[in-house]
Amino acid sequence: MPDAHQIDIHHVAKLARLTLTEEEATRYASQLDGILTYIDTLTRYDLGGVEPTAHAMPVYDVLRADEPRPGFTQEQALSNAPKRIADQIQIPKVIE
Amino acid sequence: MLASSTIAALRKGLTAGEITPRDIVLDVAKSIEAGNAEIGAYLSWDVEAALAEADRADITKPLGGIPIAVKDNMNVTGQPCTCGSRILAENYTAPYDAGAIQKLRAGGAIPFGRLNMDEFAMGSSTENSALGITRNPRDLSRVPGGSSGGSAAAVAGDLAIAALGSDTGGSIRQPAALCGCVGIKPTYGRVSRYGLVAFASSLDQIGPLTKTVEDSALLLNHLCGYDAHDSTSLNIEVPDFTASIGRDIKGLRIGLPKEYYIDGIHAGVSASVQAAIRQLESLGAIIEEISLPHTELGVATYYVLAPAEASANLARFDGVRYGHRSSSAGDLLEQYTKSRSEGFGPEVKRRILLGTYMLSSGYYDAYYIRAQKARTLIRNDFTEAFKKVDVILSPTSPTPAHKLGELKDNPLAAYLEDVFTIPVNLAGLPGISLPCGNVEVEGKALPVGLQIVGKALDEATVLRVAHAYEQSR
Repeated sequence: MPDAHQIDIHHVAKLARLTLTEEEATRYASQLDGILTYIDTLTRYDLGGVEPTAHAMPVYDVLRADEPRPGFTQEQALSNAPKRIADQIQIPKVIE
Repeated sequence: MLASSTIAALRKGLTAGEITPRDIVLDVAKSIEAGNAEIGAYLSWDVEAALAEADRADITKPLGGIPIAVKDNMNVTGQPCTCGSRILAENYTAPYDAGAIQKLRAGGAIPFGRLNMDEFAMGSSTENSALGITRNPRDLSRVPGGSSGGSAAAVAGDLAIAALGSDTGGSIRQPAALCGCVGIKPTYGRVSRYGLVAFASSLDQIGPLTKTVEDSALLLNHLCGYDAHDSTSLNIEVPDFTASIGRDIKGLRIGLPKEYYIDGIHAGVSASVQAAIRQLESLGAIIEEISLPHTELGVATYYVLAPAEASANLARFDGVRYGHRSSSAGDLLEQYTKSRSEGFGPEVKRRILLGTYMLSSGYYDAYYIRAQKARTLIRNDFTEAFKKVDVILSPTSPTPAHKLGELKDNPLAAYLEDVFTIPVNLAGLPGISLPCGNVEVEGKALPVGLQIVGKALDEATVLRVAHAYEQSR
């Protein structure tokens, strides 16, 4: 684990698709540093050789029969779209 | 006042023909209209829709005609589902029923009213809701706990007969403790997460908040069960949980983790829990000290795994298919970032940033994998302890309810309040909180919660101990 938490908060925000004001960036960087310092508790234990746990009650290979079944209607799927055009979701132009 | 009654009592009244489902819905609506301005438990409620359902309710079903209030992060067809966030507040109407709601309806219940919560269930005070303040009905200057603060305040304040909450690190049990009602988080996988807006998928679990242990058992009977729409749903038989209550607890072994009974617990909380331990002993239970040696790792592990999972889950809010879309965006990338930045509140942004950082290139092994390994140690602690005891007992929260605003600028201090509830989610175990007395603070009696944790899938024993204690008080 890194010794100091030199978080490039603007880079992280970019990855998270968030924009931050300078005031927010300063505040979050300082708060995250405090939280990460606490999380360093984990480095005090030897975890070598311990298997990671993803789920406490793991269920594997959940499959269903590959058969047609009812799903959302077009109207249901589109009912919350912020912008619609011709029964599709409209977004800003992506191809010049 | 039917709203202050229990499911069990109302069912008797319905079956005897003394009351109708319509009477109940109208009385609950009256209570909300009279009390919600002060308590702020509900974000919305649709009386006409609930009355229409009441008029066609089948009272021969086990929950027939009983209105159940729902935390605002579960989809109910035709109702809002804001998650306490501006990003879903404007124009989202649920187009389907969550799995847990389908099961409740099959039992005859009526989903009525939407309850306030910390935004996307991130918080322990409900102060992170972007849509309003919820106050503790026992002391209006204090928080109700969270994130299911609206659920607990509604049930404890008699604005609901019973409610659904969700629990990722204590979000059912802690508000139940702080408001003075019963709340149970079932074993991970017992209740379908389909249609519950995801926070941390490996930890989230839906459960009931009720006035009595019996009502929790009744509701669990109709919440649990397999759902093909949730790949983590357990395909195993659901027992009749009401059959487990009412039995004595003679010879039952109760463990007290020595790591939990430490400095930092409020003296009044400690006294109430010690009295509860003596009470359980007088009922014939055998009290033993146990050890959960990796307790110290719980909060740190949680604050890696939960934000990491949340940052991935909340990527879906991009202003494309549903939710807030910024009106000032030029291109698609700007639409994503502006919609998210305008729509999410400070705590959600903080956790998305934290999770994104810990999952980013170069940090994944140091944080995420390390936390998953720590999770194994925490889970093993419980496995070892349950070789010796049947249930584990602790306070639910180390303190009674804080004043509104008290922990506002100190997120880490707020996170540390979850020390007794978080390990239970990490290990996937069932845990209940029930009232075990009050502590006098500034002339107000603030409730204290007792947490009882059981073996995986052994909700029956948890309910049995809780009921025996509740009935003996």
